This record gives sequence, structure tokens and C-alpha cells, in this order.
Amino acid sequence: MVKEQEFLEKKASYCLGLAKKLGATGSSVVVKNSVSETVNFRNKKLDESNRSDDLGISITTYIGKKKSSISSSNLLNDNLNVLIEKCVETTKNTPEDEFNSLPDRDLLAKKVKDLDLYDDTHIENDQKISYLKKLEDAASHDKKIVNTESSFTQNKSNFVLANTEGFCDGYKTSSFTASSVTVAKDEKSMERDYEYSSKCFLKDLDDADELGKLAADQTIRKLSPQKIGSEKIAIIFDKRIATGILRTFASAISSSAISRGTSFLKDTVNQKIFSDKINVFDKPDMLKGLGSRNFDSEGVKTDTLKLVDQGILKHYLIDTYNGKKLNLKSNGRCGGTSNLYFENGKIDFEDLLNLNSKSLYITETIGHGSNIVTGDYSVGATGFLVENGEFKYPINEITIAGNFKDMFQNITLANDLEFKYATNSPTMLIEGMVVAGK
Amino acid sequence: MSNFFEKSDLSRKEAENIISDTLQKCDDGELYLENSKSETILLDDNKIKNSSYNSDLGFGFRAISGEVVAYSHSNEISKDSLKQSSENLKSTLKSVKGSYNHEIPKSNKKYYDNINPIDQKSLNEKIDILNDVNNYLRSKDGNVKQVTANFLGEQKSIEIIRSGGETLSDVRPLIRFNVSVMLEKDGRKETGVYGVGGRQSYDSYLKDDNWKSVCDEALRIATVNLESKPAPAGEMKVVLGPGWPAILIHEAVGHGLEGDFNRKKTSAFHNLMGQRVASEGVTIVDDGTIDNRRGSLTIDDEGTPTEKTVLIENGILKNFMQDRLNARLMNTRSTGSGRRENYRHIVLPRMRNTMMQSGNQTQDEMIRSVDKGIFAVSFGGGQVDITSGKFVFNCTEAYEIVNGKIGSPIKGATLIGDGPSILKEVSMVGNDMMMDPGIGTCGKAGQGVPVGVAQPSILINKMTVGGTKL
Repeated sequence: MVKEQEFLEKKASYCLGLAKKLGATGSSVVVKNSVSETVNFRNKKLDESNRSDDLGISITTYIGKKKSSISSSNLLNDNLNVLIEKCVETTKNTPEDEFNSLPDRDLLAKKVKDLDLYDDTHIENDQKISYLKKLEDAASHDKKIVNTESSFTQNKSNFVLANTEGFCDGYKTSSFTASSVTVAKDEKSMERDYEYSSKCFLKDLDDADELGKLAADQTIRKLSPQKIGSEKIAIIFDKRIATGILRTFASAISSSAISRGTSFLKDTVNQKIFSDKINVFDKPDMLKGLGSRNFDSEGVKTDTLKLVDQGILKHYLIDTYNGKKLNLKSNGRCGGTSNLYFENGKIDFEDLLNLNSKSLYITETIGHGSNIVTGDYSVGATGFLVENGEFKYPINEITIAGNFKDMFQNITLANDLEFKYATNSPTMLIEGMVVAGK
Repeated sequence: MSNFFEKSDLSRKEAENIISDTLQKCDDGELYLENSKSETILLDDNKIKNSSYNSDLGFGFRAISGEVVAYSHSNEISKDSLKQSSENLKSTLKSVKGSYNHEIPKSNKKYYDNINPIDQKSLNEKIDILNDVNNYLRSKDGNVKQVTANFLGEQKSIEIIRSGGETLSDVRPLIRFNVSVMLEKDGRKETGVYGVGGRQSYDSYLKDDNWKSVCDEALRIATVNLESKPAPAGEMKVVLGPGWPAILIHEAVGHGLEGDFNRKKTSAFHNLMGQRVASEGVTIVDDGTIDNRRGSLTIDDEGTPTEKTVLIENGILKNFMQDRLNARLMNTRSTGSGRRENYRHIVLPRMRNTMMQSGNQTQDEMIRSVDKGIFAVSFGGGQVDITSGKFVFNCTEAYEIVNGKIGSPIKGATLIGDGPSILKEVSMVGNDMMMDPGIGTCGKAGQGVPVGVAQPSILINKMTVGGTKL
């Protein structure tokens, strides 16, 4: 069982009290507990069961404008005493930074809404096993599937965030995640693909049959891929890849990258950085949302932000420290975005495929090829050649490259947005990128 | 060394009894205890941004029966907690088999000293060096717009207790010192990153103002990139420099030679044992026994002493890297490659220091032989799809080669290739084998572990370069 609020609050207030006694002028503390139970299957048999019970505490102490922090998984008071003493001592010896401070009192979240993020249901391992059996039966219906690995995880977490400005709050969250990774083989090739579903509530989880079948179908269609020549071509990003483009955008508008001058989007607020029709929202208060939260990781209230309006950048993602540096108020984005998404475009998926007589539909990228300093993008990719709106054949061992500044101006979105992850995008088409192949 | 039972209501004897009782009907398993202390001191944007300290304590209890692994971990080393874990394991595994008799070879060799690098240098000394780094770089070049430098130090104590009470322990120091510098000139920004590290004290790497050479290297890379042109797109010859570019070997073939993927037959290499997978002259080993290297281990995380494992000898596939589980199921022995990020994770077969051995040719000969291609000197991260065998990595310093001569620097591009065939495209192996500076972390199944790589310069006949210039 995940630890209750009362236990976490007690630990938090113990730490704040001790830090004060030892000479800290301010401090904040997070106490967390997370209990996960996972069952893994491979080729229709039990492969692994895993239970983890993680406790963690992190404390930041301030002495004026000096700051230091410690973290530990050992919550015994003996250990906390030693660590907090060390933390305060280190704080004294760390140089001042004029921008160090706890969040402004008036920005702290006041009343906490119930966002429906916790499902008390407990799923026993036997039930997980029967879900996975069903899933793997569906995943291995085709002889071309030679290996299946699937997993079911239940996670229950609880946390308390407290600081010496009077903030003390926290809440439980839950997640239920099922995933399936399948390997398909033919004479020429072996390919892998996956599908997964993650929800706050058990009853919302995708059907096991559907999940398994989808994973298998997505893998089989990748068999016997070809390599194509190098050329300039329109690229269509499958929804699961398009979210990565949006995440890169989010890291480029984080106040830390902006204040350090290491983002290609520095000084672009109120400028048109996307094509006209693009709107981007970050909405923290979606019920059951995978990225939902009542306040950010400093306790600052989080309102919905329309980050991009008709292609124009409206906000950076601001925390207290970098906000002070940039002379801006925190907008509750310490720790990043919540439920971040592109608003739906105007056209159907099929019409998007038909916009060009020839395009590349990308289902997976590999490599760490996004440079937010320069905006350069170059990654390995696999996908399909699309001609006249039809999937022709699978493609691999190619790279796709461009620069985000140009790519953002050339985005067309389909109208098929769904909320599967914390960050979501409809299917995305980008014109003018370069494919390197043969 | 940590005494894990000192402040616990659980005695060592009681723990041993619970372990033996839980594992008596299993093929394998152990109790893994870990106590780690780590620090980060970060300078960024002219200021000490972060001084933090972490202390982590916990255990992971594993039971294996056949192919099935049951695992339970917790932060509380107590009677209740270990019993709870034991119940979890017992309820998963209902085997009746006896225990796996896979004796652990004994070795007294140690590959690093029992030190705590964090305590060996005071906070003020570390802060002073970081400030020196910042001032040095900003005064050296007027185009420097951002400097980030950090110290990461760690001491990890582990203990493994098996059924019957056999106990193995290790204390592992690890440090890293990194410098990143951003230049801006005529509106263009470029970054250069360099670092050093390994399993010794900070001073072993920083003595005689050695931090200056780390700064110089980061600045040199950033300066080169400021002049870089768009990279070409398409298939061409690639010369790789010595040292860190061996991350290519790590991605392209290393992961595919890990035991688990081959037991499950999901690696593109699973049916190639004893066959030619590389050109003649290509020999690759995975070595955990080099003194003080980032990827070295006295014992692995199952207690097996590490070794130098020959993976590919003169082009022929000789061995996979094994942990106990995969070794048992594949009827072979553990190569001391069982590793985990920490007690929260199960053991997997992983690389240590993966190294291609020297050949006879010179880098000069390689470059002279190329009409059109690229010369890649340094890389950022890489990634591989084990099943299809396709891998990528990103150049952070590279040049065009035109008519046998090194030309202009080119922008960071991704290179993509096919693991099982790439080493057959190696047509020259240099005589200049070099280790990387001690900066690598390998990710697999969500677990990061420190690794090393090494190689001489090599010439690859054909790879796809993912630039934008057609």
C-alpha cells in the first residue's frame, strides 16, 4: 500500500523544522512514495514479476540567496538529521545567486481541485496474467510473429510538497499500463514494433485483444523494407512520432534554455514561429489527464496556457528562478509541461496522405538528433513510402533532416488528435525536409 | 564498506535464513544490497547553479525459476520489508526444482581502490575550479556566450548474499568532470562539449591544471562547428577517428551480442555464432578488467569477477556477453557481464569497456584513399534497433573528405548503418587504438550504466550520412 498523506506530511514538516533550527532562512521539501507491480510475459508465458516500493525525499535549503539540496531514499530520522545538517552546511559554503528564491507567496496554488487522477482499484497479478494471455494470443495469431513480449504495470503514487512559505499539499495518482512488443520475421528481414496503453483508471485501459492485434499488425507491415534514394520529400509523422516534435518545441521554450541563451527560439515571443493555422495548448486541469497536475513542482498554480496562437508564440514555460532572471512571473511550469497538445488541423488523415503525390510516412525515429541550440534535426527513421494516398512499401535505414525553424513554418496537421500520452499531436505533415538514403 | 544490518532490526543471520528459505526451490537468485552516495556541483551561466548530494539505500531480492524472474525491491532494510519481498517472490514462483549450481569463480584482483572521491576534495576546492573554468574560457575567446561545467562524484557499496550465506562485496568509486561551451558569432551559435572521468579521485584527472586541457578541447570543438557547412546526404565512405567514435561499435554490434537478445532470438546476430561478421583484421573484446576505467568492475552485479571477453576475433563471431540467467539457459558460463543501474532494477547482460584492437594502417592512408566521404572525429549519442540491426549516431565533430584531403567541417549529422553488415565494410584498421576519455553511459531497458569504448581509426566503405545537402 502506498503511504498515506499524514505520514508524508509528518516527514515534510520534520525536515522544514529541522532545517530552520539549523539556520536555513527558507526551505522546501518533497516526500514521495511510489508502489509498482509489474508482470511481464514472453511468448505466452510468465517471464518476470516485479514489485517496487520507492520512498524518496528531497530537500532544498536557502540561507538568504544561497541554496543547496539533498535527496535520499532513507527516511529514518537518524539519516535525515545527518543529511539536513550537511545540506545547511553546504548551503553556507555555496556562493550567492541573486535569483535564488522560493516561489512568490501570491503565486502558490490555493485550492486544489480533484482532477480524478487516482483509481483505488487494485489489480491482482492473476488478473494481469489473464489480460496478458489474451493480449499475447491476439498478438501471435500470425505465423510471421516469432516473439512477443508484453507487460502490465499498476502504479500507485503519493506525494507531499511543502515549503516555508506555508505551502503544503499533495495527492495520490495511479496509472495502469499495458504494452506489447512483437518481432516478425520473413526470409529477408526481422522487424520489431510495439503498441501500448496507459490510463489513470483501470477501466479505461485498451482492450487486450485490440492492443495485441495492433502491435502484431504494425510489426508485420514493416517486413522486407527497402532503402530509397536521397531526395527532398514531404514527411508525414505518425502521431506517436509527432509528439516528439512537440516535446522539442517545449524544451526550446523552457525559461532555462531562454535565459541561458541556448535556444533557437530565444527572443521569439509574439513572433510567428509556426504556420498560420497552428495552435498549441498546455492544459493542466484535464480530468484523468496523463500530464494533469494541480500545481507545478514548486507549488505554483498552473493555468491553461495557449502557448501558440495562430502560429505566434505567446509564452515561455517559466519557473521561479529563470522567471526572476528574465523579469517574468512564473507561470507554473517548473518541471515542464502538463497536457501539451497541438489543436486539431482541418483535414482528414486520408487527405493528408493525398496532399502530395509522393511522401514518406514515418513510424519510428532513432537517435538523439534534435539540437535546440541551432534547431538542427537529423535522425534515423523507418516508415513507409506513400504514393497517391496509398501505403506502397516499408522503408528503413534512412535519415530525415531539416531545421526546426523551417520545419515549424511548414507543418500541416490532420484532425485526428487523441489523448494517448501527456503530450499529443494529430498526424503531422512537414514539407521540404531531406531524406538521406542510397 | 557499508554494514547494511547495523541500523536495522534485521540481523545478517536472519537475512541469510530468509534468503535460503526463499530460494531453496529456485534455480538462482540473491539478495542485492546497495548504499550509494553521490554529488553534483554545477556551474552554469556564470554561477554555481546546483550543489546537491544524494544518499540512496535499498535492496533488491531476486528469485529465478526456469526462465521466470521474480523481483522485489525496497528502501527499507528491515525484517518486515524483506519478509514482504520474500512473500512476493514465493507467490510468483511455484517451482520444485533444486538450486542451480553455478559456482562463482574466485578472484582477488581489484581494478580500482576503495575510496570515496566525494570526501577527497572539499566543496570550496571544487567550486574554485568551476569558477576558474568559467573565467578561463570567457577570457580566452570573446565569442564565448555560455559555459557549463560540473563535477559528478559517486561511491557505491554493494553486497550480494546468496542462498547458503555466500557473500560478495565491492566498493566502486566513479567521477566525471564535464565542460560545455557555447560560442556565438554573427548570429550563429554552436556548442562544444568535452569531459573526463573514471574510477579514481578527482585529482587523478585534474592535477597540473589538466582541467585547462578539457576546456581547450571543448572550445576547439565549438570553434570548428562555428565554421561548419551543411552535411552531405547519401551513401559514402566514412573514416572514423580513434577513441570515443568506437561508440559505433557499441551500438552497431555490442548490443546485438548481449546474451538476452540472443537467447530470445531477437538479435540480428542470434544465428551467426562462429560465422564471419566482420572483415579480416577486426577483433573486438569487451573488457571489465582495465584499471580505473569507467566501464571496469571488480565483480559484476551478480558477484561474478569480470573478464576480458573476446566477442569477434579476426572477423569471426566468438562469444556473446552473458549474465547468470542467460548463461544457464544457453548452456554456457557467465562472462561477468551481469549489470544493473541500481537496486531498483533487475540484472541484464551489459557491456563494460568495448574495444576494437589495433591493426596496421595509418589514419593518413585511410584519408588519402577516399575521393568523397566524411571524417568523423567525435560523436554525441547513438541508438540501435536490435532486431532490424539498424543503428545511428550523431556527429559532433566531422569534416568532408575531398580527393584524399580533409576539407571543411560539416554540421552535426546522423549516420545510419546496418549492424550485422557494417563491420564487413571495414576496409582499413588503424594502428592508433585509443580509449575514450571516460564519459559514456549506456542505456538499456530504462537502465543507465557507465561504460567505456576504444578503437583505432577505421575506414568504412559505405554508410549513409544524414545531412541536408543533396
